[in-house]
Amino acid sequence: MNKKKLILAVTGLNNTDNPGPGIPVVRSIKESGEFDLRVVGLAYETLEPGIYMRELVDKVYQVPYPSEGSGALMERIAYIQKQENIQVLIPNFDAELYTFIKAGKKLQELGIRTFLPTIHQFEERHKSNLDAFGKKYGVNVPRSKPLTNLAEISKLRDDFEYPVMVKGKFYDAYVAYNEEQVQMHFNKISAKWGLPVIIQEFVRGTEVNVIALGDGEGNTIGAVPMRKQYITDKGKAWGGITLDNPEMLLLTEKIIRGTRWRGGMELELIRTAENDLYVIEINPRIPAWVYLAVGAGQNLPVALVKLALGNAVKPFVSFEVGKIFVRYSWDMIIDLKDFEAISMKGEI
Amino acid sequence: MIRLKRNIAVSDTGFVFDPSTGETFTVNETGMRIIHYLREGKDPREIASLIIKEYNIDSLSFEKYFQDFTEMLKQFNMLEYEKEV
Repeated sequence: MNKKKLILAVTGLNNTDNPGPGIPVVRSIKESGEFDLRVVGLAYETLEPGIYMRELVDKVYQVPYPSEGSGALMERIAYIQKQENIQVLIPNFDAELYTFIKAGKKLQELGIRTFLPTIHQFEERHKSNLDAFGKKYGVNVPRSKPLTNLAEISKLRDDFEYPVMVKGKFYDAYVAYNEEQVQMHFNKISAKWGLPVIIQEFVRGTEVNVIALGDGEGNTIGAVPMRKQYITDKGKAWGGITLDNPEMLLLTEKIIRGTRWRGGMELELIRTAENDLYVIEINPRIPAWVYLAVGAGQNLPVALVKLALGNAVKPFVSFEVGKIFVRYSWDMIIDLKDFEAISMKGEI
Repeated sequence: MIRLKRNIAVSDTGFVFDPSTGETFTVNETGMRIIHYLREGKDPREIASLIIKEYNIDSLSFEKYFQDFTEMLKQFNMLEYEKEV
């Protein structure tokens, strides 16, 4: 049987100690054998390892950061589309998703399909809106408060007990035991990611995660829960194991059903000693540990591509429990001319 | 009556896996034997009598170690409690 041709673009080629999902997404789709695949990588920085992983990525273009404006990004995408004829684009960074979601119509006009949450879905699960989200969908969330200036820090004692979590709107999270530490983290986070900075109640328990895919109609196409077994000093999972936990799956299905979530997502949960589950973050894209779900029997990136192409996808009904992922680091040797090509021409 | 939770997996080598939390443990031969007895629903007195018969230990010492071991299992959420009929 002839494989269906697919020209796929991905971002998140930063397979570093703070890894993006781009390479595991490509790996998942390539290994499925379902497509005659050409992969176009979209990179922000010239040392993103995925740029040089020729066995997985066929061509790479450097693209401007979303902070340079959606105009600059879309102009670059339009140029790339003329060269490549991309069919499906999977953006993998939180910080770029808003831009790609807003540009959905323009991308469609260029012939590029995505399968992303709506603006409403994207906004209502924001860390700064988690309180309201919890009330609306009937899920436990830690109390939180957005901060927009340093003067608000002294009033935190009225609403929270220390320690508290101090979080950026896209990335970074720190524990703070007093006002001075909140101030320090506020300055660091706001300089990097802007405002607001989110203060969140510290919920004691074990962190567990779920990767899931919603079809936009309220159905859960797939979901796999996991617990991190090894956490790096950056808080990233460097090893994890799939779980048999019906409560986590029921919570995931409840959220996807209620929001009619469209696309990939990662739920970050805390399971307390009383076995209550708190939603501490909803990441609106596939996480970097997606390959564990594939290894456990649910190839969610392939399912997402099929949904993007307008095909119906049957929900997965099972996965293997006790499957473990162990991440490693690997040195690639790169020729200077390759580094020069991406640095000077913006493509390789 | 205390019983080992039904979903806890125990291998012949003493490797214990709780699939709901992903936690893994190892137990020695004696621990493995007690875990199997708990899985079978044997009550503490039965378990004590079986272990004392097999090993060179007095009942008072065993009771102390058994309580210690089951407290640990309880702490790791591996036990369930059923009402005796």
